[in-house]
Amino acid sequence: MARITLDLAHSYKPQPVADSDYALLPLKMEFEDGGAYALLGPSGCGKTTMLNIMSGLLVPSHGSVLFDGRDVTRASPQERNIAQVFQFPVIYDTMTVAQNLAFPLKNRKVPEAQIRERVGAIAEMLELSGQLDQRAAGLAADAKQKISLGRGLVRPDVAAVLFDEPLTVIDPHLKWQLRRKLKQIHHELKLTLIYVTHDQIEALTFADQVVVMTRGRAVQVGAADALFERPQHVFVGHFIGSPGMNFLPVEHAEGHLQLAEHRLPAPGARTLPAGPLLVGVRPEYLARAEPGAAGALACQVLRVQDLGTSLMLTAEVAGQVLRARFDPDARLPAPGETVWLQVLGEHTCFYQNEELL
Amino acid sequence: MAALDRYRTEDRRALDQLYRRVGGPEAAERLQLTWQWERRQNPAARHAVPWLVREGTAIIGACTALPVRVSVGGRDVTGTPVRERNVAMVYQQFINYPSMTVAQNIASPLKLRRETNIERRVRDLAERLHIEMFLDRLPAELSGGQQQRVALARALAKGAPLMLLDEPLVNLDYKLREELREELTQLFAAGDSTVVYATTEPAEALLLGGYTAVLGEGRLLQYGPTAEVFHAPASLAVARAFSDPPMNLLAARPSGAGLAIAAGPELPLPAGVALGGQAQYTVGVRASALRLQERAGDLSMHGVVELAEISGSDTYVHLASPMGSLVAQVPGVHYFDLGQPVALYVQPGQLYVFGADGALLHAPIRRGI
Repeated sequence: MARITLDLAHSYKPQPVADSDYALLPLKMEFEDGGAYALLGPSGCGKTTMLNIMSGLLVPSHGSVLFDGRDVTRASPQERNIAQVFQFPVIYDTMTVAQNLAFPLKNRKVPEAQIRERVGAIAEMLELSGQLDQRAAGLAADAKQKISLGRGLVRPDVAAVLFDEPLTVIDPHLKWQLRRKLKQIHHELKLTLIYVTHDQIEALTFADQVVVMTRGRAVQVGAADALFERPQHVFVGHFIGSPGMNFLPVEHAEGHLQLAEHRLPAPGARTLPAGPLLVGVRPEYLARAEPGAAGALACQVLRVQDLGTSLMLTAEVAGQVLRARFDPDARLPAPGETVWLQVLGEHTCFYQNEELL
Repeated sequence: MAALDRYRTEDRRALDQLYRRVGGPEAAERLQLTWQWERRQNPAARHAVPWLVREGTAIIGACTALPVRVSVGGRDVTGTPVRERNVAMVYQQFINYPSMTVAQNIASPLKLRRETNIERRVRDLAERLHIEMFLDRLPAELSGGQQQRVALARALAKGAPLMLLDEPLVNLDYKLREELREELTQLFAAGDSTVVYATTEPAEALLLGGYTAVLGEGRLLQYGPTAEVFHAPASLAVARAFSDPPMNLLAARPSGAGLAIAAGPELPLPAGVALGGQAQYTVGVRASALRLQERAGDLSMHGVVELAEISGSDTYVHLASPMGSLVAQVPGVHYFDLGQPVALYVQPGQLYVFGADGALLHAPIRRGI
């Protein structure tokens, strides 16, 4: 097990100049020994590049990778003692489940008795005990992927286990059970686990710390509640939550936040810089207000949708669209009517140049 | 009947008497349909098919069902090949002409019909789908979401009275899916085509609104306005298919004037519910009806946490309990330890009751909107 320190940048182009030439912009990051981390972001955000640099499949074009303070920038995955699990099952079809699980240990000449014990324990955790003597070839995709997960977790001395979207092939109804397994295993084995995904539920459920990435940058590292309550960057506000955070562009001057002809009192408790700002408020916190209430805006209702477990109200103010989520029992105004929505409140965030103030 | 026989020998599913009754004063006309599947071919077939019914002519069962009799706008089209039916289709895979630019792709149905003003209409459609900046590119140079937008623009360009979509968003990242879902809802509402949208995701059907037909194991289980089907599922099978997370279903038996949940609490019978003297019932609880805070008159259910899944907006708490496994959907981010004991609370009025045959006996009374 190891603490992993990154201080690097990566470009797939020989002479990077602009930011867009970099798959990973210069970053410094530390992954603690025994932690569960997720790298979360849309396609092309650089998360797989970062994972491949940590595993040793890719040498960064700039900077270094340290494992427990030791420079491993040019070391191979074997030398780094890394285990990896990919999107699709990587197993030996001709071997039994037990032989597949034992393979990484046999390769490293672990004593037979120890192998049996470890394979038994991992199979038990993944509920593969009943299938140990079966050939892998005949198993379903999710059972095969469980073997892949088991092979990744079977060595007790690995520096870290890296997962690249490992639940892609798993049936949606089985996913939560495997997420639970992974969480339990992390609890019991205390391995350093790093998990790449574009699925927010997977990242937030699995990891203690989530690294949210966009366009080659890690814009926030935090736990689920921090990402939800205090997004450090507008991208985090947008990407986390369904739907994401509402943003209103305002001009801050002389104690007022101006949105077209609408005026809100700037919050007295804190000093905001003058000039253009974004006001961010999540649909869950955009409550109804009395007409004329301080910090509220008169909006025009565009639609009210019954989403079954909640009601979604979509409204417009000064050409900006706001979404608000309500209890299914709420009585809401009809499209075309005016609704006052509480934009400023304790959960409201303010952004300048996309960064949280 | 020759056609029907052929379908039978091929052991394909067949659809009987799909027809549409035209008339009635509403702008959005109601579809009437009777489905009778001849054989089960794929029991894992799609669960839910929301139908967004607008004015315009009606319906066919396209690639997944082979219809015995299908009429569109009163005209029998049973033996008519798809390309002669004037139907627009969008599939799971992003299907475009790879050697044509985006503009040429969108223009192709217009050119086929020798329409005028093609350039302007292509631009209009591209703007509606936010791909106007890619008009000169080839589909392969676009991301998955952009490629699917091109396919959607081409389908819309066709201006067909009937548009069929088969899980069009399933291969996209969840954030893109969320955006396109919202945009499609708007596009369909603004257009005048009848739209049939096949999906396995209850959230998608609810967002589209309109009408929903729930299919299970090759049968039509229920058909009606989407919110009605969701809030009053006619059977256990519909409740199972049209709920995400799944509805909690608990075995119960009669006890005094109410029901006793096996290894769980007793509940008073909601007013006006006639049990009909059965020995076994199923009590249904939506995950979203379960709360962590107790209110007056609540029933409580106890269990230990198996996993808390966090979506950001909600936390899905999976519990193991003596009543069976339970899942609760609670707003916001909450952390739980694995194995932590938790009590969940629910108002008795929020419960569903199903009979031994699976038929709905009672649904919660709705107060919202």
